[in-house]
Amino acid sequence: MADPMKIRASMSGDKVEVKVLMSHDMETGQRKNSKGETVPAHFIQHVSATHNGKVVLSAQWGPAVSKNPFLSFKFAGGKAGEKVQITWTDNKGEKRSDEATIS
Amino acid sequence: MNDDRRRVLKGTGGMAVMGLAVAAGLLKPQAASAQAWNKEAFATKNVNDTVKAMGGSSGAAESKDIVISSPDIAENGAVVPFTVTSRLPKTESIALLVEKNPNALAASFDIPAGTEAGVTTRVKMGQTSNVTALVKADGKFYYTTKEVKVTIGGCGG
Repeated sequence: MADPMKIRASMSGDKVEVKVLMSHDMETGQRKNSKGETVPAHFIQHVSATHNGKVVLSAQWGPAVSKNPFLSFKFAGGKAGEKVQITWTDNKGEKRSDEATIS
Repeated sequence: MNDDRRRVLKGTGGMAVMGLAVAAGLLKPQAASAQAWNKEAFATKNVNDTVKAMGGSSGAAESKDIVISSPDIAENGAVVPFTVTSRLPKTESIALLVEKNPNALAASFDIPAGTEAGVTTRVKMGQTSNVTALVKADGKFYYTTKEVKVTIGGCGG
């Protein structure tokens, strides 16, 4: 199981600014190990962010997204004390969800 | 007598747990297929092909209302920060493409109503390349391009 995400959600004017740091290798499938064997691709394909059951951002990623991906975006309609949930799924079917309270 | 009853209870308990696990297993693929990964788009080599794979038939138009902010020179190609902001009305999605990477499309974001048309993320760049931000707004595709120089490549060895 992958390590938890670091999520920070804070009010920025009337919008909620969400910053997420995920813990994932994001192997491209291009790299070779010390024996010259190709390291199989292993990367996050889907990311979605929900607030009060409504999707506020969804993303599809390729292996070109950096290791331990960072994501930041803003959405309207949130209030301090409410929760934002982030979920990712990778190409091996692994999944992780974490949530943060808007401050 | 008593022992038998226990065994029966245990047995049914186990069955119920199995049933739940199966139900959970059945639900998973459904949730995943709701937003299938666009394999075709992620295999494209250039901007035009990506637009086609994402369902844009008439290509993309250059727009000054899309802003890419990133370093002009990235020292480490493994981690190049990008912020793409679109001022186009009804922005539906934002995609980031690195032309000289093995596959051009790096990431694509769907922007629902109420979410600001701007995302920040970090991508890998194999070498100095043009980077294109592709925005779908009101059903049409728009793009803007910027060159980013890379000192040390971030793909492969």
